[in-house]
Amino acid sequence: MSDGIVLTGLTKSFNSPAGPVRAVRGIDVAIAPGETVALLGPNGAGKSTTIDMLLGLTKPDAGSVSIFSLDCRSAVAAGKVGAMLQVGGLVQYLSVRELLEMMAGLYPKPLPVEEIIGLCGIGDIADRATTKLSGGQTQRVRAAVALISNPDLLILDEPTVALDVESRREFWATIRGFAARGMTVIFATHYLEEADAYADRVVLMARGRVVADGPTTEIKATVGQRTIRATLPGSAAADLKQLPGVIAADVLGEAIVLTCTDSDAALRALIAAYPAARDFEVVGAGIEEAFLALTSDLEEDES
Amino acid sequence: MSTTSYLKYETLRTVRNKQSFGFSLVFPIVMYLLLAAPNRNDHSFGDVPGLFAPQYYMISLLGFGSMIAVLSCGARIAAERTIGWNRQLRITPLSVRDYLAAKVGVGYLLALIAMALLYIAGAALGVRLSASAWVIMSLLVLLALVPFAALGIALGHLLNADAAGPAMGGGVSLLAFLGGTWFPITGGWFADLCKLLPSWWLVQAGHVGLSGGPPGNGGVAAGGGSHNPWGVEGWIVLAFWTITFSALAMWAFRRDTARA
Repeated sequence: MSDGIVLTGLTKSFNSPAGPVRAVRGIDVAIAPGETVALLGPNGAGKSTTIDMLLGLTKPDAGSVSIFSLDCRSAVAAGKVGAMLQVGGLVQYLSVRELLEMMAGLYPKPLPVEEIIGLCGIGDIADRATTKLSGGQTQRVRAAVALISNPDLLILDEPTVALDVESRREFWATIRGFAARGMTVIFATHYLEEADAYADRVVLMARGRVVADGPTTEIKATVGQRTIRATLPGSAAADLKQLPGVIAADVLGEAIVLTCTDSDAALRALIAAYPAARDFEVVGAGIEEAFLALTSDLEEDES
Repeated sequence: MSTTSYLKYETLRTVRNKQSFGFSLVFPIVMYLLLAAPNRNDHSFGDVPGLFAPQYYMISLLGFGSMIAVLSCGARIAAERTIGWNRQLRITPLSVRDYLAAKVGVGYLLALIAMALLYIAGAALGVRLSASAWVIMSLLVLLALVPFAALGIALGHLLNADAAGPAMGGGVSLLAFLGGTWFPITGGWFADLCKLLPSWWLVQAGHVGLSGGPPGNGGVAAGGGSHNPWGVEGWIVLAFWTITFSALAMWAFRRDTARA
């Protein structure tokens, strides 16, 4: 498996009552074997659609998917892919162990069911009916279903969205154990913290496009911006932009707006340099706002 | 990789769904006993000399019960689609063909159990047929169920789990009625119309048992006095509906998977 996962020019539109929705507008991403990559973006960014195309659940309008040099259908048929989809229940009238045995039976070289039960920490609920599980237990069993084939590629679509902090931590501890075996992991999330904590690399998506792609620290700096607002008569934007930690400055009459990568340093420097400044307000850009800012210029070309 | 283990758990899940499993098997039997037991001494049912009432009802419910059993595969498909389980299965090596085969296979298994229970109940009430009549009747019924398996797959991909129950319950009742399950439909344009339905031929497949001989020989029913009900027309109608429902099923499947 020299080649990893390669998505080339993926495009997908859906029809909606309000007209066609361009869910994914040309995604190019290459992921090396063994990488753990987060697809980070707000709702509607096209993460799930991208994952569905990656898994062969949705046919792209254009573009291609290559998984370890195979097309997605062949990779799935060879049992190389495991996935926890965003929405999904467990079938009824089986115990957790029976469900895992049924799924294991579909794959060419599954992990032993008892081993997966141990690794996913579901020994205590293995004989329970699949319908009698808590939310956290259900997610652990769904993870076990995704992992039973001993896949080379594991896909998780917002796996922890309904979980409390403790369940979330336990869930990721399990996944990390598998990633450490050399498994390639791709997960979608809209939590910056989750991407930061568990991914080597972040592919930042908004409005159906990749707007940034790089090591987690880099992306965090991009979307982790804060804005300082203050009242300061008679200042020049060019001067304000020279302050440490400031990447952009706007002057609107007496109001100034500084976009900062380091708002602490910027605020200290602002007060020292301009004692007349008042009415300070420091706002952390929400991830959604940051995405929208990153893509606002895109929108203008398109619409 | 073994799809036999998948089939095993598919069967187990169906059997453990006590309500659905129970109703699809118990309902035809209870109806049979309610209709046939009070008439167990009637040997000229509907004023047809030699027509044994328990035998007539056994055959009527044979079509009804087996149709419910085979169509129930659609309800199970709809239930899995509703919780997104079909998408989970599509990212396993299980092929679409094997998935549908398992669903239809379990439907047929239920149909066989329903038929066996009716035969036992019929025999207990005194129904006696020649060995060849039992076998030919059973084989023809199983063949006549093929369009219903395709219809079940189609409905399973068109309806959600909530709609599947009422739609199939109503559909089965209507098809059974128009197929002549409850009373013989004879003569006129209405009968000609009903003869175009697969359920009519499902019932006729059972009536081959009444005639006591192999289909197509034009033989006279043993004591029933009517001609063998099966013929070329039956094969044509079955083939037509098998192709039509299969095409519908394929379209519904593609539509469902493209949207997912």
